Amino acid sequence: MISQVDTRPARGGVGESTYRPDGIPKVDGTYTYSSDLYMDKMLFGVTLRCPHPKATIIKLDIGPAVAMTGVHAVLTAADIPGENLFGLETPDQPILVGDQVEYEGQAVALVAADDPEIARRAVEAIEVEYQVQTPLTDPEAAEETDSVFHRVRCRRGPQDARGAVVVEGYYEVGMQDQAPLGTESGLAVPDGEGGVDLHIATQWTHTDRDQIVAGLGVADEAVRVHHAGVGGAFGAREDVSLQIHLCLLALYTDRPVKMEYSRAESFVGHVHRHPALIWMRHEADPDGTLRRIEAKIILDGGAYRSTSDSVIGNAVYHAAGPYRCDSVAVDGIAVRTNNPPCGAMRGFGAVQACFGHEAQMDKLADALGMDRIDFRIKNAVRQGDPLATSGQIIETSAPVVDLLERVRAMPLPTDLTGEDPRHLPGGTGLTTSLAEVSRGVGYAIGIKNLCFSAGFDDYAEARVVITPFGVEVHTAAVEVGQGLGEVCAQIARTALGIEDVVVFYDDTSQIGSAGSTSASRQTQMTGGAVLEAARMVRELALHRGGGDELDSEGVWRKGRLVTTMEDLLAHGNLEYHTRFHHPPTDQPDENGLGNLHVDWGFAVHRAVVDVDAELGLFRVVQVDTVQDVGYMINPRSVVGQIEGGTVQGIGLATLEEIVVKNGIIQNPTFTDYLLPTFLDAPPINVEVVEEPSAFGPFGAKGVGEPPTVSSTAAVVSAIRDATGLELNRTPVRPEHVALPGSPI
Amino acid sequence: MEVIHPTDLDEALAALAAHPEAVLLAGGTDLMVEVNFDQIRPEKVILLRRLAELQDVSRQRIGAGVTFRRLESGDHQALAQLARTIGSPQIRAAGTLGGNIGTASPAGDALPFLAGLDAEIELSSKDGTRRVRWDRFFLGVKQTALRPGELITAVILPTDLPDCQEFAKIGQRSAMVISIASACVFRWRDGRTRVAMGSVGPTPIRARQAEEMMSAESNPGPAALQEFARLVSEEVRPISDHRGTADYRRHASGVLARRLLERCLAK
Repeated sequence: MISQVDTRPARGGVGESTYRPDGIPKVDGTYTYSSDLYMDKMLFGVTLRCPHPKATIIKLDIGPAVAMTGVHAVLTAADIPGENLFGLETPDQPILVGDQVEYEGQAVALVAADDPEIARRAVEAIEVEYQVQTPLTDPEAAEETDSVFHRVRCRRGPQDARGAVVVEGYYEVGMQDQAPLGTESGLAVPDGEGGVDLHIATQWTHTDRDQIVAGLGVADEAVRVHHAGVGGAFGAREDVSLQIHLCLLALYTDRPVKMEYSRAESFVGHVHRHPALIWMRHEADPDGTLRRIEAKIILDGGAYRSTSDSVIGNAVYHAAGPYRCDSVAVDGIAVRTNNPPCGAMRGFGAVQACFGHEAQMDKLADALGMDRIDFRIKNAVRQGDPLATSGQIIETSAPVVDLLERVRAMPLPTDLTGEDPRHLPGGTGLTTSLAEVSRGVGYAIGIKNLCFSAGFDDYAEARVVITPFGVEVHTAAVEVGQGLGEVCAQIARTALGIEDVVVFYDDTSQIGSAGSTSASRQTQMTGGAVLEAARMVRELALHRGGGDELDSEGVWRKGRLVTTMEDLLAHGNLEYHTRFHHPPTDQPDENGLGNLHVDWGFAVHRAVVDVDAELGLFRVVQVDTVQDVGYMINPRSVVGQIEGGTVQGIGLATLEEIVVKNGIIQNPTFTDYLLPTFLDAPPINVEVVEEPSAFGPFGAKGVGEPPTVSSTAAVVSAIRDATGLELNRTPVRPEHVALPGSPI
Repeated sequence: MEVIHPTDLDEALAALAAHPEAVLLAGGTDLMVEVNFDQIRPEKVILLRRLAELQDVSRQRIGAGVTFRRLESGDHQALAQLARTIGSPQIRAAGTLGGNIGTASPAGDALPFLAGLDAEIELSSKDGTRRVRWDRFFLGVKQTALRPGELITAVILPTDLPDCQEFAKIGQRSAMVISIASACVFRWRDGRTRVAMGSVGPTPIRARQAEEMMSAESNPGPAALQEFARLVSEEVRPISDHRGTADYRRHASGVLARRLLERCLAK
């Protein structure tokens, strides 16, 4: 068949706000999350956890649990066939505690039983005695006694540079939880040949697989990790939680085993955002030129290493913010304590740094008598500038000045909120009248590295196949709810000119790693891999079909269809598999300098907050934000990420903190770990700057983390503006405002 | 687990007499939390949802089975105000006044209202009915005068209702939050003033010195209002916990009481 119709671009390509295939099922409740998995004859796994932050196990008798009807397995450290260690970057944490407990909630034993209630009762029946020890919980004491995971030292430029105007500050950031709505859950299915298929809500199936096989003592091929429906992640699923436990139980019982954490268990079952202690000193010339930045940052890594080494590195390299300065000294210390382990969370060290540097920039502008935005613009990094910390020349787009100019130009709310109590501080509690409200405005801008850094070989695999039924995109990348799958489909549609694209989330045996869904990297990395594979498969099609254009009808030459799709695929599908690497980065030298990062994203926030200072209550009225996004492959998803990330930052500013006392979490429920409700989430006005990135598909940059980096700092700046208080700690609590000077 | 489904009050009281250890289930918004956290594993449960006798509302008598959803639009302003602060719409549709009283949490949102009005709790058993004033009913943290075999059937309010009633509650979030401190202020045209505080002691607290002082003020000025706030702050007995510090609760108690009184005076 020869057609005279011109080829046309496929609908649903890049730049369109197409609908995600998982969108409607997630809204109407038909989407299958990992917690919905079910198999006939499956068992339920439950974990015995130590209630003490530091203790030695002096007796562990599983006999009473083993004897219970309906119990199929009770496993302890002695039952682990491989190495009893796991860890995302360095294996240092026992899969099950042998004798020494290092944090509250550490896993001691596992039970699999016919139903969850029997399993819980069996866990209670295990007889365990602890010799309780005094936990180390003070991060400064940990540093002094060299209980340290990692120290990072950065020295750049002449160390004797000075400015006439100096400000100093001390800041604290509380421990935030990722609080994904889906708790940890999964289903492990033994294959009858000594192997296991694990279906799990995770962020990186291949590192899960690597840690599982080490614990099971089996070959890589024996374990296949499948990504199951993920109910949010935000970094909480990057570390192993129940993955190895599930596989141990499934192999021991030779039955499918399901586990699902309760919310309270989830709080001790995954790592959190590092709490931070930050000291900063900024010096400037009277004309506002930054001359010297000094900082010391202590992050509390908790009991095990997780990603603490990388997070403290990120905090150090972002400590100066997106500003020019040629004399910098930053010291970072990730300490080891008996507090809950901390690791990855959206922003990964940059959030803590931003809370400090933006407070300093406000203070310094005020001390100089300069407008806070003018001062930031004067010192903003431009493309071609060295980053103040590492000295790396920013060769990719860096529209920092543009972001600041644009956010300043966005309209402020003109009217005060009316008397509707829902729009006043205190909300439905009716605490506050309009007369008791003062309004503050705060700005903050942040910088976040995109993709993996510091010499890590960051890559993603993808396979693109043209079949008679449409295009298949294969990847091991995890869709955590951010919209990656649709982004991959849009890239394939545009690259191939074929509309019918389905994304397959392959297990670890079917394709190589896509890297973690973290570090804002998947659009650039897996998106980059899909684009590369799609372009190659298009070349194959054009070559085989003898033409210069491809669409769903087939191959065209000079506007005429020369090979139909049926003929093109007569001898089989066309496919291309690729491993996409981003440009290489270096490890830092002894002064912390070097080309450490491959790309950055920037975002600025302006927060308007109404404060009832007498009661210390506040309401975020409006947030305006401008973000550097490279290119929007799916504008709706970009805005969704910006809104969600901004609200997560508002949460850290006003509500969200895991309160830890003597190593024990005081508020492991959503009753007391308060997330913003709809009423607490203000209107968010979003603008973007689209300057193409150096290597992202169609110029796209990752957009997930930057909105979380600066929104916290902007909201707290606005509360300071409304109250005149220093407020050096986030989240701000009512007593910090109502009774300033009272102990934290 | 045995579940008993009485269809009227007599059946419920008979079941309760036969099984005084049974757990009562009305809205379940407190009970199911305890079950989900594995704090209790009830053997017998008596369901109260079908008891029409607990659903009546009049100006002086409010059935224990009335949900906060219904109370949101009731006669008593402060009761409606506090009802709107409780949980989410789903929780308000299930949770009942009687359940809030029976749980007797220090943070129970309805309790300051009852304390401020000197309400009586109506308790019924197979053997009859008695009324217990709030201060003899709430004995401590989650401790009440309820005897085995007794059911909370209603709240009895006085006939002399105040001319102004105001409620407010401090939580860190704009909605769906446990109170850090709450207050109910009542004022009559003749100046009589009552103030009851929640979440600042093991049971609701009446600030009686503050009441006495303010009841003597027919047209209180700023100094009197400030003294009123100071007395309220003195009379509460808060603790520090992960939701707030004792100092903040003490401070906020006085501020809330003063603001609510100002709202009454402005009317």
